[in-house]
Amino acid sequence: MDKFRMIFQFFQSNQESFMNGICGIMALASTQMYSAFDFNCPCLPHYNLAYGLGILLLPPFILFLLGFVLNNNISMLAEEWRRPQGQRGKDPAVLRYMFCSMAQRAMIAPAVWVSVTLLDGKCITCAFCTSVPVETLGNASHPRLSQGEVQRVLARIPCKEIYDGQQLIANEVAVRYLRCISQALGWCFVLLMTTLAFLVRSLRPCFSQAAFLKSRYWSHYIDIERKLFDETCAEHARSFAKVCIQQFFEGVSTDLVAAHCHLPRKAPADAGEAAEKLLGITDRGTMNMALKSWHRCKPPLHLHPPALPTGNGWAGEGQPPTHPSAPRRETAACYSWV
Amino acid sequence: MDRFRMISQYFQSNSESVMNGICGLLALASVKMYTSFDFSCPCLPQYNMAYGLGIMFVPPVILFLCGLILNRQSLVMLEEWRRPQGRRKKDLAVIRYMCSSVMQRATVAPVVWIVVTLLDGKCLICAFSGSMDPEKFVGFANVSTVQVQQLLAKVPCKDDELMRNNTSRKAVSRYLRCWSQALGWSILLILITAAFLARWLRPCFNQATLLQARHWSNYIDIEQKIFEETCCEHSQLFAHKCILHFFESMRQEIKLHSFSLPREGEGAEGEEDLLQGITDQDQVNKLLETWYYEKPPLDVS
Repeated sequence: MDKFRMIFQFFQSNQESFMNGICGIMALASTQMYSAFDFNCPCLPHYNLAYGLGILLLPPFILFLLGFVLNNNISMLAEEWRRPQGQRGKDPAVLRYMFCSMAQRAMIAPAVWVSVTLLDGKCITCAFCTSVPVETLGNASHPRLSQGEVQRVLARIPCKEIYDGQQLIANEVAVRYLRCISQALGWCFVLLMTTLAFLVRSLRPCFSQAAFLKSRYWSHYIDIERKLFDETCAEHARSFAKVCIQQFFEGVSTDLVAAHCHLPRKAPADAGEAAEKLLGITDRGTMNMALKSWHRCKPPLHLHPPALPTGNGWAGEGQPPTHPSAPRRETAACYSWV
Repeated sequence: MDRFRMISQYFQSNSESVMNGICGLLALASVKMYTSFDFSCPCLPQYNMAYGLGIMFVPPVILFLCGLILNRQSLVMLEEWRRPQGRRKKDLAVIRYMCSSVMQRATVAPVVWIVVTLLDGKCLICAFSGSMDPEKFVGFANVSTVQVQQLLAKVPCKDDELMRNNTSRKAVSRYLRCWSQALGWSILLILITAAFLARWLRPCFNQATLLQARHWSNYIDIEQKIFEETCCEHSQLFAHKCILHFFESMRQEIKLHSFSLPREGEGAEGEEDLLQGITDQDQVNKLLETWYYEKPPLDVS
């Protein structure tokens, strides 16, 4: 019992901590991606906004989807959502809980990307450099340029080497201004996200604790049940395969006895296990034939009871496979459940 | 019995040390965040104060909230506070104790940020350079009011063309930095003295109540952990039984439909038991289909 408990504790904590680990790794990966990314502002009037906002908003979307893809539980959620009701009711609260917990974890990496981008400042500088208030920051006494010209000059602010509007507005002043706005936005965004997370976490015990406990229990149950079912099926498949192969070898050796009138030499009593394991195949020709027939004509997926020696057992004639009736007979199965 | 005791001792020490560890990690994270943050003062008259004070006070709020979120005990405390009374009385002293311990741990990282900010000096220089009295500094004394505001606002930006090699700029900067560091060290001293006094004088007041409160708060924490584990174990057993029943019912259904008598036990190898009477491709397919289309009800009585 204790061993069971310990193993289960490990498994449970492992799953949660595994998901949290993936979450943390993705957050680190997003900061690494940002620092490795070579940001190149185009410094042209209309392209700046598109490029800057694209870099700010598109990778988070990708990271969000990736967060869902990497989460093992998404297939469990989809399965639970789409299964027919059958004999077991569906609880929408459980589905909501599973979806919310997955969405929360998937939102961390995008939030990290957006914060790092805003705190760094390059994206906003690139996107909004044409909207800098020239009247307040720049030189009011500069000879008037046409609107298009002004836009073109301002668009070059992020590219210091080709900036030619030093008389209009100093490059450092504009960059400092834009970066200040960007960092303020970044900190506000982080504050907003943290406050939301805090509210979500702290309001839950105040309102729906009982419902939460139920949803959490049943969502874990569904997960465990699915894993156990997979394990049971795997064990069953193993036993099935073992018996099937054993019957195949027996079939081959019986076949040989019938075909070649070759009296099987009963293993002497003191030969022990090794002789039994040979399954009646004791020379090269027989073995080759067994291997060839395994390749050319695998036995059907149908195990016959071992005590009935049929003619050519390995051709799979043993018993007619039972065909379950096409409409599901609820009555026969229900008697043990209802 | 001893294994139980060992496990409970481990949990008890573990939860305290886990919380202290998280507290320490957040403090380190706040220092790292400060050093990796690229502070760039806007050097414009109205924006300086907002930026400087914003950088000094907004991240501490964020770190405080993070400290509350990451601490498991805050959730336990909230649940204990909001639960219906039922058959177990609520002890306000315990809730107060848990609240104060959570708050204390959560304020470490914000305090570290503020102290590091003050000792570094950039924030205060940025925020208060515009509020300096220009008469005190030679380079700014004889400039018109509007101009002087602009110039003072540019003090934090060393590389600005107007400010390069300006000795008055360095004077203002040193003055503000001196104040900032003095403030930082004073705050640190006051807080450490307060912590020292609080810890030292605590045994003089209500020691018995304190011991009780600490014991019961640990108890509530451990109880919740054990409840979660027991639920986990229970759902494992429940699932196991449910699946066994399912396989059993499939076997019975197959027995009903097929006309051949299955051999029970005669010469049956060990493997046959594991097969549970499902020995055919179609039977396996039917089993898997039934699993999807009609999951068994959650009832293993």
